[in-house]
Amino acid sequence: MSQFFTLSVLTATLATAIKFAVPYLLASLGETIGQRSGVLNLGVDGIMLLGAFGAYYTVLETDSHLLGLAVGLIIGLLMGLLYAVVTVFLHAQQGISGIGIFLFGLGFSDLLFQELVGSVKPVKPLPTLDKLPGVGGIFEPLVDIDILGPLVFDHDLMTYTAFLLVPVVTWLLNKTTFGMNVRAVGENPQAADSLGVSVARTRFIAIMFGCVLAGLAGATLALQLAVFQHNLTNGIGFIAVALVYFGAWQPRWVMAGALLYGLVTATRLRWQSLDIIPQGASDIAAMTPAIITILALVLLASRARGPAALTKPFTRH
Amino acid sequence: MSAPVLQMHNITKTFPGVLANDDVSFDVHAGEVHTLLGENGAGKSTLMKILFGLYQPDSGQILLRGQQANITSPTDAIEKRVGMVHQHFMLVPTLTVAENVALGLPSSRGLRTDLDAVSERIASISEQYGLSVDPGVEIWKLSVGERQRVEIIKALYRDAELLVLDEPTAVLTPQEVDDLFVILRQMTAADTAIIFISHKLHEVMELSDRITVLRNGRVTGHTTPAETSRQQLADLMVGREVKLAPDKPPVDLGLVRLKLRGVTVKGDRGTIAVDNVDLDVHAGEILGVAGVSGNGQRELAETIAGLRPAEAGSVQLDDTDLSKANPAQSRAAGLSYVPEERMKDGAVGEFDVSENLLLINHGEKRFLRNGLFNFDAIKSHCQQLVDDFAVKTPSLSTPTSSLSGGNIQKVIMARELESSPAVLVAAQPTRGVDIGAAEYIHSQLVKQRSDGVAIVMISEDLDEVLGLADRIAVMFEGRIVKIVDRENATKDQLGLAMAGAG
Ligand SMILES: Nc1ncnc2c1ncn2[C@@H]1O[C@H](COP(=O)(O)OP(=O)(O)OP(=O)(O)O)[C@@H](O)[C@H]1O
Ligand SMILES: [Mg+2]
Repeated sequence: MSQFFTLSVLTATLATAIKFAVPYLLASLGETIGQRSGVLNLGVDGIMLLGAFGAYYTVLETDSHLLGLAVGLIIGLLMGLLYAVVTVFLHAQQGISGIGIFLFGLGFSDLLFQELVGSVKPVKPLPTLDKLPGVGGIFEPLVDIDILGPLVFDHDLMTYTAFLLVPVVTWLLNKTTFGMNVRAVGENPQAADSLGVSVARTRFIAIMFGCVLAGLAGATLALQLAVFQHNLTNGIGFIAVALVYFGAWQPRWVMAGALLYGLVTATRLRWQSLDIIPQGASDIAAMTPAIITILALVLLASRARGPAALTKPFTRH
Repeated sequence: MSAPVLQMHNITKTFPGVLANDDVSFDVHAGEVHTLLGENGAGKSTLMKILFGLYQPDSGQILLRGQQANITSPTDAIEKRVGMVHQHFMLVPTLTVAENVALGLPSSRGLRTDLDAVSERIASISEQYGLSVDPGVEIWKLSVGERQRVEIIKALYRDAELLVLDEPTAVLTPQEVDDLFVILRQMTAADTAIIFISHKLHEVMELSDRITVLRNGRVTGHTTPAETSRQQLADLMVGREVKLAPDKPPVDLGLVRLKLRGVTVKGDRGTIAVDNVDLDVHAGEILGVAGVSGNGQRELAETIAGLRPAEAGSVQLDDTDLSKANPAQSRAAGLSYVPEERMKDGAVGEFDVSENLLLINHGEKRFLRNGLFNFDAIKSHCQQLVDDFAVKTPSLSTPTSSLSGGNIQKVIMARELESSPAVLVAAQPTRGVDIGAAEYIHSQLVKQRSDGVAIVMISEDLDEVLGLADRIAVMFEGRIVKIVDRENATKDQLGLAMAGAG
């Protein structure tokens, strides 16, 4: 145990935790917007898988991270379109539609991978600041700063984007007319409708935000790991949905949840590599993040109250 | 006279199995209050929802200021200067007053909300009409009366020239009703046209310029307060002669069936809501509990019903101690409870009528055959209750939430009275209920009284309390500040006690 509590190991663990948190954070911020408008999307994991494959394959073919991320984003957009049409305009039950999206994403991403790639071929990972082409040199000295360097400056651009999105989403929800409409239709769509707020349009846009971020989350995951394989996400999308509840529908608490999850995962991996957790127990250890999240949910869930109209389709009569 | 602000011509609207509006015509002029009167389910709300673009009529025409108007959504209605305060408030509880007012309006700051400007205008409207409310506070923190002011402000903010108020007084205290009427008179003085809906005849007589009576979706009469009387209005609404005050046969007072000693209860916010209350209710007695809402009546009722634990004191029904009882134990001991918030605590909206009627006693032998439901027995039992209580519903399998408010109350009443209770606690038994149904509910309460039931009737309506109760207790700030026999009670005296000045 003592080898874990050294400054350098702790710092490295924390830095890894921040990196691990990124896909969770992106996906759950998006899900937060959707849920605040009253739409639960259980298909996040499937959209992430498709975004992940799209980004991975694009980078494999073109070598461009930017293009890869763009493809992830567009896939999110398209899947969002599908989910929004089904749930908002056709009034389908949200729970089962989301599961459908997940299963589609899981199967289709694997099929495409088998057909187009076949075997595991790594791509180059998303560069950290100091490895950025052209400007990387500026950041090189910063990375060497004690503690602060690895924690703050040794990340890729998507990590900064994700954390920057926390205040942006907070602002969007609380300070814009769109955000106000989102909160209104998630809480009392009849009231919003009676004032001429289009419930369908508001939920549609909120779903698009959510799915675009899910697509980006998947793309980021694949490009951080620099590979794709069957079921790459391994349930990250579902955890992201749980984190929204954990975070009581508040972006900053959702971020806290994502960081906690990242930290527990990073600690577990570190302990395994340091043999603090015996090899035989690794399966059980792999479950700790999920268990901790569930515990946190149970402890916190009774306090927070979600959007009153969550999962309820809206019709005027 | 200039063209009426609103003319509705020959409006007809059907729902599956229901003719809600049948060839309805009426008009409203600027600066007048036109009242729509009718029993529960007469079609008043439906007609107003058509005006507001929430429903489309099957046939008929709407003219606004003499112009044919095609209103297909609330946005159209708002654009045409029609405002509506709905029977069930249309507010987002988690949003602030200003946010609720600003919803759906373009912001002067583009994408960003301009709540400061909105708040300023709310303040000036508040001042103009005496509608005091804090724009920055969330709706859920407001009292019912304050919420209603927000609804009115919403309409005024959109420059409504025609304002519909669908049963605005059903949830208000007498003082709040007076305040509301002052505001409404100011609005008509400023040439706003008002459509007012209420079941309370004295309010209708006091406020209206003209009255249109509906029954079963049809207009049964147009009149004015000068030409009519309360009795005549009641008869027009119901289509037969109505007894406005129930006959109470003399009943010999029996033993004490419900006994409270030192009952102290905490409210939702953790403060003391019921403070050291002693009560004895005898068999064959109706004890009326009067008081302005929010003085502990609801908490008291919930404690007797086993829904809210008492901090101290005891509740005893006949020989059973219910101080620590849960709702099932209270019911087993012979307690029936008609809650104040009927959609929340009294009925399951998504359940159909027969399911709600059976909510409590579905486990009884008479409804079962070989351990499964005996649907024939259930159906005939429910049909009997629906007939007895004159519940207006297309069928037993209609979702309860689509019944009109008064009919939902009848469903709950039917269920609670059917079990021949020892003690009945009825909170606001006729709130929002039409005269015909109120007459029926009152007659049922009197019948239960004759059968030796001990009844606690909580009501803010002093006429109801004075008409029915044998003894009257007034609650103020959680305590019983006055308890008098009916013979010795006067309205003024009770009103003063309710205000804490008894
Ligand atoms: N959305 C709906 N679907 C089906 N039936 C409906 C719907 N809305 C109203 N009805 C029915 O239409 C009739 C008229 O209802 P409405 O709500 O207009 O009555 P109301 O006069 O406002 O009664 P109350 O005084 O109880 O509010 C009722 O029989 C009601 O059950
Ligand atoms: Mg109505």
